[in-house]
This record gives sequence, structure tokens and C-alpha cells, in this order.
Amino acid sequence: MTKSELITALAERQKHLAFADVELAVRNVIEQMSVALAGGDRIEIRGFGSFSLHYRPPRTGRNPKTGTAVALPGKHVPHFKPGKELRQRVNEGRDSSP
Amino acid sequence: MTLTKAEMAERLFLDVGLNKREARECVDAFFEVLREALERGEPVKLSGFGNFDLRNKNQRPGRNPKTGEEIPISARRVVTFRPGQKLKLRVENHAGSGQQ
Repeated sequence: MTKSELITALAERQKHLAFADVELAVRNVIEQMSVALAGGDRIEIRGFGSFSLHYRPPRTGRNPKTGTAVALPGKHVPHFKPGKELRQRVNEGRDSSP
Repeated sequence: MTLTKAEMAERLFLDVGLNKREARECVDAFFEVLREALERGEPVKLSGFGNFDLRNKNQRPGRNPKTGEEIPISARRVVTFRPGQKLKLRVENHAGSGQQ
């Protein structure tokens, strides 16, 4: 499912809303989630899961072409932990789909 | 600060102009549509944000960490999230990146 398929599926379910508003809403929610993580905030959605940042300490990497050592600074990476309901539903869906 | 469904709905009310009930329903439906896709075994790709993929895990040996008793971990399907390049860059550059 892509973003545009998500918009179509959501519009189908929220028939009282204009398609353009559903489109704006989906983009708005995704942007809110990106902004939250970019600002170091967590996201918690009960029944779906939570997003947080994990820290990767600085390390010495290598330029794969030349083999020279490069100092790589520490950074944060986004992490998702599925919630209980999502975990259960995905696992139960195993029987009915490949 | 933590972003929750309540904050998301408030922004849809302020930015998109949905009324409060529509905004709340829209946020609920957003996550329900994602859950239903994943439940059907369909991965979700939100460009600019990331992909929710599905992985089938075989049964493997496990252990109760409290008692040390061996118990098999049953075969299962799990969701994994792979952040997109754009999100990774935005997060990497976040001000507090020096330490946790």
C-alpha cells in the first residue's frame, strides 16, 4: 500500500469528507510524525505502536574505495516498536495470506 | 514531548479545518487502514517517511529469562519499520544528536 492508496482507502471510509481534505489530512499526519522525530520527540499510538530515536555512537568507518579511516559522528536513527494489537493482528493474518 | 493521536487530531482541526470529531475519526481511521493492510500481509510504503514491511520468522529456541527454562518461540509474522532516506536525514541532523 502506497501513500496514494492509503488516501483512497481512507477517503472511501470517510465519505463525508472531501477527497482533497483526506489528502491534506494524510500528508499532515505524516509530516507531524516526521517533525516530531526530527525534533527528538517520541510518537505513541495505542494499538499501533511507538516511534522513538535510538542513538548510534560515533565510530571509525572506512572509505570502501580507498580504505582510509573516516571518523563518523554519533547519530540518532528512527525506531518503531509495534504495539500489542498490531502484533497480534499481523500474526493472526499469517494464516490467510502468503 | 510525545506526539499522540489527540495532538494529531488537534492539528487536523487547526491546519486542515476538519471539525474535532472528523479530525479524531480521521486519525483513528488512518492507523486502522494501516493495520488492515499489514494484517492482510500487505507492506505499507509511505514515501518520505518509511516502509512497514512484514517478515515471517521460523520457530526458534528461546528461554524464559526469569526461570532459565527452555521454551520454543513459535513461528510468527512480525512488522518491521525501515525509515526512508529523507526521514533518516531529518532525524540525524536533529540538534541533540551528540548523545542520548
